[in-house]
Amino acid sequence: MPLTIALWSVAALLGVGGLAVAFDRRKDASWIVYGLCFGLCLVLFLTAVIPRGATALATVLPLGLPWVGAHFQLDVLSAFFLAIVNLGGAAASFYALGYGAHEKHPSRVLPFFPAFLAGMNLVVMAGDAFGFLVAWEFMSLSSWALVLAHHEDAENRQAAFIYLIMASFGTLALLMAYGLLAGSAGDYSFAAIRAAERAPWKSGLVLALALLGAGSKAGLAPLHIWLPLAHPAAPSHVSALMSGVMTKVAVYGFVRIVFDLLGAPAFWWGIAPMTLGAFTAVLGILFATIQSDLKKLLAYSTIENIGVIFIALGLALAFKANGMALPAALAFTAALFHAFNHSLFKSVLFFGAGAVQTATGERDIERLGGLIHVMPRTAFVLLGASVAISALPPFNGFVSEWLIFQAILLSPSLPQWSLKLIVPAVGAMLALSAALTAGCFVRAYGTAFLGRARSKAAAAARETDPWSLAAMAALLTLCLLVGVLPSFLIDTISPAARLFVGGRMPAQEEIPWLSIVPIAESRSSYNGLLVCLFIAMSAFLAARIMHALGSRTMRRGPAWDCGYPDSSPATQYTASSFAQPVRRALGNIVFVARDHLDMPAPGDTRPARLGVEVRDRVFEGLYAPISRAVDFCADQLNKVHFLTIQGYLSLVFAALVLLLLLVAIWQ
Amino acid sequence: MAVILDLAAQGAQMGIVLMLSPFLVGFTRKVKARLLRRRGPPVLQPYRDLLRLLRKETVLAENASWLFRSAPYLIFATTWVAASLVPTYATGLMFSWCGDLITITALLGAARFFLALAGMDVGTSFGGIGSSRETMFASLAEPAMVMIVFSVALIAGSTQLSEIAASSLAHYQLRVSFGLALIGLAIVAIAENGRIPVDNPATHLELTMVHEAMVLEYSGRHLAMIELAAALKLLLYLSMIACIFVPWGITPAGADPRAFVYGALAYLAKLTVGGFILALFEISTAKMRVFRVPDFLGAALMLGLLGTLLLFVSRSL
Amino acid sequence: MDRLYFDVAHLFAGGLVLMSFVLLYQDRLSGLINVFTTHAVVLSLSVGWQAYAQHASHLYVTAAIAVIFKALIIPLSLRNMIERMGIHREVEVVGSIGVTMLFGIALVALSLAVVLPATAAADPLAREDIAFALSVVLLGLLMMVTRRNAVSQIIGFMSLENGLILAATGAKGMPLVVEISVAFSVLIAFIVIGIFLFRIRERFDTVDVQELDRVRGQSR
Repeated sequence: MPLTIALWSVAALLGVGGLAVAFDRRKDASWIVYGLCFGLCLVLFLTAVIPRGATALATVLPLGLPWVGAHFQLDVLSAFFLAIVNLGGAAASFYALGYGAHEKHPSRVLPFFPAFLAGMNLVVMAGDAFGFLVAWEFMSLSSWALVLAHHEDAENRQAAFIYLIMASFGTLALLMAYGLLAGSAGDYSFAAIRAAERAPWKSGLVLALALLGAGSKAGLAPLHIWLPLAHPAAPSHVSALMSGVMTKVAVYGFVRIVFDLLGAPAFWWGIAPMTLGAFTAVLGILFATIQSDLKKLLAYSTIENIGVIFIALGLALAFKANGMALPAALAFTAALFHAFNHSLFKSVLFFGAGAVQTATGERDIERLGGLIHVMPRTAFVLLGASVAISALPPFNGFVSEWLIFQAILLSPSLPQWSLKLIVPAVGAMLALSAALTAGCFVRAYGTAFLGRARSKAAAAARETDPWSLAAMAALLTLCLLVGVLPSFLIDTISPAARLFVGGRMPAQEEIPWLSIVPIAESRSSYNGLLVCLFIAMSAFLAARIMHALGSRTMRRGPAWDCGYPDSSPATQYTASSFAQPVRRALGNIVFVARDHLDMPAPGDTRPARLGVEVRDRVFEGLYAPISRAVDFCADQLNKVHFLTIQGYLSLVFAALVLLLLLVAIWQ
Repeated sequence: MAVILDLAAQGAQMGIVLMLSPFLVGFTRKVKARLLRRRGPPVLQPYRDLLRLLRKETVLAENASWLFRSAPYLIFATTWVAASLVPTYATGLMFSWCGDLITITALLGAARFFLALAGMDVGTSFGGIGSSRETMFASLAEPAMVMIVFSVALIAGSTQLSEIAASSLAHYQLRVSFGLALIGLAIVAIAENGRIPVDNPATHLELTMVHEAMVLEYSGRHLAMIELAAALKLLLYLSMIACIFVPWGITPAGADPRAFVYGALAYLAKLTVGGFILALFEISTAKMRVFRVPDFLGAALMLGLLGTLLLFVSRSL
Repeated sequence: MDRLYFDVAHLFAGGLVLMSFVLLYQDRLSGLINVFTTHAVVLSLSVGWQAYAQHASHLYVTAAIAVIFKALIIPLSLRNMIERMGIHREVEVVGSIGVTMLFGIALVALSLAVVLPATAAADPLAREDIAFALSVVLLGLLMMVTRRNAVSQIIGFMSLENGLILAATGAKGMPLVVEISVAFSVLIAFIVIGIFLFRIRERFDTVDVQELDRVRGQSR
């Protein structure tokens, strides 16, 4: 029954897309479309969270290939990711009720937005490989169309082009993975694939292909190159969906293939996701720390969080392969918890970036400043989201980081030497990326919202509209609730853990005071509610006592600034100055940053210039040679266009002779 | 009745850390001065300073926001909660299980987050310098702290500080990773509290400011809150080193309430010895260049990583 | 007692590894010599503890040799030498300190990964000391590779030899004859290197080995 409702809602979403094309000329088209999307996403969210019992639901519809049909399923994992997708979708639709009014070309966005939502829902509910791939491609193409919405900008065109190439590459990898999984029998349904036996080398190959395919969509290094280009190019509610939700759909694809369809893992399967995840996390956050484009910064931060999720998934694989069910459940739960958390706070941050862009017209934080005075409510919500993403208590980001650290603390029992040496290094890189995140968001929030306005646009900004604010505030409240009462979410994920890694964490609802206990009471526990209450009470108590004992008078005056007050806002710290120490200390790992100082000769009146040139090592090491090779081959092949008639005839003759030769040899 | 006693013990711990932290600052300053053959300010001077700041008028910059005004209370609250989670005179207090070492690190991180934001709020270059340098130090000090937490937790079998202190008390481990964790924790403590050789707590020169630069615009009761939070942080780190590495004298959980007195006396003794060692260390070395500090903290990170690696590889290292 | 014996032995061996890391971290010559002195002191303490716990009195002589030669005579003469040569400048390191330390940790991990599984049949706690000793040797080699100054290369070589002595004493005994011959060979090597350093300095006004490469006709 819930599956039927879900499928009808997805069909309705596709219908809304068509409706958007029909209602193209109407003034209130965006209200209708986004309102309908919001309603449908809510329905889908409710079908996902309403308890259905432990059995998975499945149907077969007579669509698609005649001898395959279209299988759909709704098991615990699908339901969890369905909830993530539709929570993000509902929030984005509600946000767009206010934000969409500022869209210059609504006809380029409105038809594809419901299609994008439908595609993501279909991927999560797909029950066979064919349906999965069709839905995956549909999702990619509709988001590509959305990335091209503002195609007048050459940067956006470039971003869409690279996105298309990487998405096609990803789908090719997944196609080959499913081909290997289905085998020569050709039965593509998930149930058949689960039951089939496979040689170990085949399983390893499928793992690698799944990592390439799903990883490139999620943003795993070194296939992340499209993410910071494409996510900022799309309108903000679409960016929020791409960063917060589509990457999680990619994580779902990886989990489905590796944890469900591949069967029992070997111990070394965990190494690749862990090391790639660790490298991705550090790379993502280091790049984020030097960005001045707000949306690019958020896109790189998404890359970092995906790295964290893959670290946890790799750990879960390693534990599962060694038969350690409880630690595997802990790591798996931590990964899914972090996926949920990230979809929440990343959506809020992208919504806020959209609000800032609408209010000021700027995306560059170096031209913002002082927004806390003109947009106080947006500033408050974004402060909460920054605290959440920096993994600080009492918000939700801290809980998932805590769970992953607890999983790492259980790793010394892993017997294999390679794991023993890799896991501490991965732990160190995880800790490094977590610390850098806080610094990155201090920089971003401080430069954009605090201080004094650096441009007229920033000084003249207005508060965001109430719809957008309501969407952001709702998600932020959810962040706080999940952070303070994490046991409910853990208990929701536990059935999925039992299904896929063979164990589950202890039932958190039985633990007194609503704490969470990963393994046993004596080892460690965390109580978000009490910590939050204590912080609030201490702050309140301190404020009361200070106001009672101390002087009540307060006056305003010019800033002290060591006695050198400077009236120009250009003298305050810029974002690139803020990042310079971190860039100097840690930057050489992932990029090459050179300072260029251009000093004019004495007597020359032109100003001196200090520039920073940043070169991406991954791009130069991996992509530039590949694109050069492709160019070279294309150039060589280009010669075929310009042959003489004799040349063409001899080409046809040679091909014919070759084929005949082959037939002769084969016989 | 037992519940009331437990609550009182927990409340007493929160009160003790609050009352003793200015004393620790004053004592360290006095020892430093005496070792340099100066008289130095009285040991109780920080209390007088706090009261004086309380009674003064607060002057705010014209463009200071609500974040600037509420940050001192948030910083103080998070630091106080973190300090209350560290066992001082007794382990296993009523609410000691609601946060472990990782939570303490994150709470201090939250305090630092708000302090850095407050530094950027008024829009001067000094605030930016302080916040930016503090962010750089934090980006290396926090991972070092996490690796040290890993080492200690793997040895003790838990991340809860009460459990760690109890396990140290029960069978003290003379292990390599333990020694590496001690050295690493000492380095992180020096960096986080802004003592020499990382930052000079006594000057207000731009070249040496990190913490002072961030709080440059604060005055009156706000400054009092922030100074108290800084003192609490110093007390927190000393208590942490004491309860993990020098646990003798801590009253174990479930003991007779009269034993708390001995625990408190032992704690006071450890604090004075710790303050003395800190003062001695500070006068024996010079402040290092800001860009040498990442190497210094990187060394702490390496020590933590080495300690964790050794524990992963062997049960007895 | 058994447990305590191994714990203290591990502590000293770990301390020696830590001192090797501190050697890698130093970039001033006088600091380098001080740390090397501490290195030798920790080695002699470790050998002394082995002598006490194994009831092998000839190891006390080894400890005394380590203290007298490596902690007193050699550092004093090195200090003398650098003062006469007037080298009071920073040591240049190939690659940054952070990368060098990371390499060092990787080398420790490598030696643990090699020694621990290979000696699985042996005494479970003694083999960790051997793993530490191998790490000290590797770290000494790393120091020699990453330094440009000839004096610091000598110190790296000396710390390498300290690691060898640690391995030998940890494995329950080494004849004194071997120790004396090892010590004398070290001394001779040191004298020879010292003489060469003076000659080099006389001819080229520098002991920077990269400068020597330039004179050889190979440009970089």
